[in-house]
Amino acid sequence: MTAITSDFFSAPVLPKWVAPVLLLAFAYGVVPLIGSSYLFEAILLPFLALSLAGVGLNILTGYAGQVSLGSAAFMAAGAFAAYNFDLRVEGLPLIGSIFLAGIVAAAIGIVFGLPSLRLKGFYLAVSTLAAQFFVQWALTKFSWFSNNSASGVIDAPRLSISGFALDGAIGRYLFALTIVTVLTFLAHRLVTSQTGRNFIAIRDNETAARIIGIPVLKTKLLAFAISSFIIGVAGVIWAFAYLRTVEPDGFDLDRSFQILFIIIIGGLASIRGAFFGAALIVVFPLGLSRLGGFLLGDLFDSGVLDMSQRIVLGALIILFLILEPDGLVALWDRIRRRLLFAWQST
Amino acid sequence: MPLPSYTLGVMEASAYAPEVFARGLPSSPPEQQPEANGEPIGSVAGVASPLLSLQGIGLSFGGVVALADIDLSVRPGEIRTIIGPNGAGKSSLINVISGVYRPDRGHVQLDGVVYAQVPTQRLAQLGVARTFQNLALFKGLSVLDNVASGLAYKVRSNFAGQVLGIGRSRGEQRDSLSRAEQILEFLDLTAVRDRLAGTLPYGLQKRVELARALVAEPRLLLLDEPMAGMTAGEKSEMATFVRAARDRFATTVVLIEHDVGVVMGLSDRIAVLDYGRKIADATPDEVRNDQRVIDAYLGVASDNEDGAGI
Ligand SMILES: Nc1ncnc2c1ncn2[C@@H]1O[C@H](COP(=O)(O)OP(=O)(O)O)[C@@H](O)[C@H]1O
Ligand SMILES: [Mg+2]
Repeated sequence: MTAITSDFFSAPVLPKWVAPVLLLAFAYGVVPLIGSSYLFEAILLPFLALSLAGVGLNILTGYAGQVSLGSAAFMAAGAFAAYNFDLRVEGLPLIGSIFLAGIVAAAIGIVFGLPSLRLKGFYLAVSTLAAQFFVQWALTKFSWFSNNSASGVIDAPRLSISGFALDGAIGRYLFALTIVTVLTFLAHRLVTSQTGRNFIAIRDNETAARIIGIPVLKTKLLAFAISSFIIGVAGVIWAFAYLRTVEPDGFDLDRSFQILFIIIIGGLASIRGAFFGAALIVVFPLGLSRLGGFLLGDLFDSGVLDMSQRIVLGALIILFLILEPDGLVALWDRIRRRLLFAWQST
Repeated sequence: MPLPSYTLGVMEASAYAPEVFARGLPSSPPEQQPEANGEPIGSVAGVASPLLSLQGIGLSFGGVVALADIDLSVRPGEIRTIIGPNGAGKSSLINVISGVYRPDRGHVQLDGVVYAQVPTQRLAQLGVARTFQNLALFKGLSVLDNVASGLAYKVRSNFAGQVLGIGRSRGEQRDSLSRAEQILEFLDLTAVRDRLAGTLPYGLQKRVELARALVAEPRLLLLDEPMAGMTAGEKSEMATFVRAARDRFATTVVLIEHDVGVVMGLSDRIAVLDYGRKIADATPDEVRNDQRVIDAYLGVASDNEDGAGI
């Protein structure tokens, strides 16, 4: 769970902000010009939504050490809350609906985080399943949440930021990118703040944390609230920008596991890790279906694809847990160091 | 700050002070057990009272009696050592003082206030810091952040202020990091300040834990075997640090240590535990010559020397 810093040599380090800034410049300046609509619709939009959900879960699980299997519930809560705020509150700008949706998800997160005051690890994870089942049940049971639509499937509202309409794939991509960028930056600030240190302290040694005066109960609930806020907003992006529909089915337990796998594969307690993990989770099935289609032709139908996906993903997770428990991020850092080292010594 | 007098030879064998109870609050006498954890049962005014005193502490786990009728008093500024064989109840005693355990019987009086269970979550505010027998560092934090976290009890800014860098959060952050740096320098840890605590060798981790406790400049410092598992050289270095910490911050120290050699030179008074009972409580010289102590503990010290109690 903790990265080991190598001591034997130090790379010529650029300031830490350089890489993210270059990446953002590329994402805003270049990608919209060269990307195909397939790239936006099938890869970048789900990638952004899942990355943000991963960032949210990483705050709770990676940093604060509280395992949760309720992520999809908080995504659903965010998506449906944003839909209803947008529908029912006259004159509320979309961004306001999204913010309030995050607050709703945070409130639900606090309620379902209460068992964490007593339970740990496996038992806590099981208790967060309650959130998963309850939210899904409530959204299906009470059609008010879906504005009494017969099918339970509803269209997402048009996206706009301060009156500026963002239709089309590129517009939705920029909308998602902006929200993800802002929240990721704030999450980064959070985990390096005193509160972020308190999260890690509680994760690493709860008794010692209590002894030095960290308000353990309050801090745990805060982790649930902040994490659920971010995951809730990720749910809004998932429904509004990616799927363009709002429905409870997409936010099932599988989705919760998917987000957990994202942070395990990407790297626990790492903001970057969520992006690495999400990239793998999104790109991997696409690559697998291409590969399977290429090798097996028609034999490789959607059923086979689905099954082989699960098998390979399961194997990957086991491999990561054994060989690289610090995730893709650690792998990436090591490769980069090696390359730099090789480059230096030539 | 004037150093309190902790010079040797001024204390009797049994220096706990039951008479302070005579001045307890009339409305809530200390004998009355409170319902809620961590609520003071009474308070004792007066400057003469010891910083810490335990009265009739009893604690058992199932059938195992960890502590039986323990009295202990600790004066401001002294280094008060507790020795005893493995399983004698030393760690349990520290856990009672720091509120990790609630004693079955007796109370803890801290700074004139009597508790049935010391409120752990307010311990730092009360000026008490401790280390643990088994390392209790935050492995995923850097050494500097570990030490800075020892000031967490003082933080008043909320997460939003910290994230946006507004309000008092900036001052707090600056203040806690600079105080942590000072302690690192004091304990000769500056060279490893950016290392993850979990990656340090054992002896250094022990020292980082001392730093985390010291950064709060506690009035009472509880050290549970800070030198266990160290080489002789590391032990004497640690002893120097403990003494220096006491002198610099006028901290009172309750120390658990196995190595009798280290203890004799460092302590002002020594209490000896055996099977949960206190069998001696005196100056190092007196303890050294106490027949019961020799029988129970010192006689077997050579067996104990290598790593016992780690
Ligand atoms: N949390 C606990 N649960 C059960 N038994 C305990 C616990 N803590 C201590 N004990 C028991 O109490 C006795 C005293 O232990 P301890 O205080 O750790 O001794 P020491 O620190 O002197 O080695 C031992 O018999 C130990 O097994
Ligand atoms: Mg012990």
